[in-house]
Amino acid sequence: MTGSARALARGVWGSRSGRLGAVLSGLVVVAAAVSLVWTPYDPTRVDPAASWAPVGTAHWFGADRLGRDLFSQVLVGARTTLVVAVAATAIAAVVGVGLALLATLPPRLVAEGVAHLVDVLLAFPVLLLAMVLAAVYGGSRWTAIVAIGVGAGIGLGRVTRGEARRVLGADYVLAARAAGAGTGRIVRRHVLANIAPTVWVQLSLILGLSVLTEAALSYLGFGTAAPTPSWGRMLSELQPYLTLRPLTLLWPGLAVVLTVLGFNLLGDGLREAGDPRLRERPAEREGRT
Amino acid sequence: MTAVREQAGGDATAVGPLFEAEGLGRSYRLPRTSPFGPPGVRHAVHDVTLRLADGAALGIVGESGSGKSTLVRLLLGLDRPDAGTVRYRGRPVVPGRPRALRWFRREVQVVFQDPAGSLDPRMTVGAAVAEPLACLGVPGDHRERVDEVLRAVDLDPDVRGRYPHEFSGGQRQRIAIARALAPRPRVLVGDEPVSALDVAVRAQILDLLGQLAQRHRLGLVLVSHDVGVVARLCDQIAVMRDGTLVEQGATDAVLSRPAHPYTQALLAAVPRLPPP
Repeated sequence: MTGSARALARGVWGSRSGRLGAVLSGLVVVAAAVSLVWTPYDPTRVDPAASWAPVGTAHWFGADRLGRDLFSQVLVGARTTLVVAVAATAIAAVVGVGLALLATLPPRLVAEGVAHLVDVLLAFPVLLLAMVLAAVYGGSRWTAIVAIGVGAGIGLGRVTRGEARRVLGADYVLAARAAGAGTGRIVRRHVLANIAPTVWVQLSLILGLSVLTEAALSYLGFGTAAPTPSWGRMLSELQPYLTLRPLTLLWPGLAVVLTVLGFNLLGDGLREAGDPRLRERPAEREGRT
Repeated sequence: MTAVREQAGGDATAVGPLFEAEGLGRSYRLPRTSPFGPPGVRHAVHDVTLRLADGAALGIVGESGSGKSTLVRLLLGLDRPDAGTVRYRGRPVVPGRPRALRWFRREVQVVFQDPAGSLDPRMTVGAAVAEPLACLGVPGDHRERVDEVLRAVDLDPDVRGRYPHEFSGGQRQRIAIARALAPRPRVLVGDEPVSALDVAVRAQILDLLGQLAQRHRLGLVLVSHDVGVVARLCDQIAVMRDGTLVEQGATDAVLSRPAHPYTQALLAAVPRLPPP
């Protein structure tokens, strides 16, 4: 298992998009990790003397109107973003793959029912779901995570169902049944392995999407609550000064863009590395003796 | 006393065919043609009765759409017949929980038509060949057995860690045959096992199947649209058309004196090169 994980990592690093994605995603992880032990300033400390401090040695990214250090806020914001994105994506993976299997494995009537239910739920916007949850339970990081995870999971289920059906109809599944494999083994060894490339790519898109959605929710005031720094809230707080201090908006904006890009590229790399057919094959060897 | 019991036990296996199908039928529902009309029904397999003696080779010929693949699924207990029964060693083969059919699957294995489709692209050759061993709980060293069957189909055991896409069609079909042989079956069912291969490779795979059948005293059920393929390996032949068997008998007899007009037409359709 660790051996195959290492091979996968090597494969990701081997592709150009995978490498760039790994570097960008790694940067976010490092930023989040560093923020746990060190930030130049307390990101929530108000310092009137530093109001709109310029970019420089004292404040690397400058400071906002209240004199809060922007670099420290971006660092801590990376942590918020990462927690929400990873947790939401994990929920999406479970919900999505679970729904896809529920919509393919059971007897036809049940499976089609689930599939239609997914189609109906798909029409419900994620942002609206998040707002409803926030209205009922109060806006917090967790309502954002659940809303993004469930919403994206339904979309993932829709996409994955087609894949799962294709795999279940394949001759190798019939061959596995003729070899005595039960449904559990077929799902574990054949279905999950063969839908994995699609799921990986989708999850990497969802990872990026949840960064964006979290920013949007925080921007609208439904996400991360007030004092905790988040990229979305930084954007909404700085927005009124867009024409006066455009540079200050660059930092959280750039952070969001690079993170989304990094996650998507990483997903591409994972897909290539995880599929034996796309992996660069060693020179054709003769298998016959 | 003991002698009597032994004799009875011996008789139980000797009397009656090893593998038999009786009055087998399977139909599919077609979409309604009019909103209130009855749904159409297609009899993919209708009243098919077959017998295979231990170590014998039975060929089933018919054109595409004649219900051969449905018949194979029924024989293998992968699909439930609407009518009739499949019996192996006198025990009914009823599709159900995989564990309940272990005894049957250990002895009856299958090779499908398209090796590109019948091998999981994300499973190594070794894992694929070991799959029936793991699923059927076959005792013994699986790794050793995998090497053994790979060698039996003329493949280097070192191919274990490689993936199906790295092989040619003929090599893939050898892998599929190795997988079928792994649990030491008594009967090998081939569903168009050479149709997806080019002509030169086809002959090699057929020879391999013939050798293996002889060496391991395997019973063969070979399904094909190609009379030549079946005639090469099978001593018994059954001709299938629109889900029913129209003619059945010893290969020589059927080929030299075809009784049914369809068999005659089928034989006439075999392309022949003029003698040089």
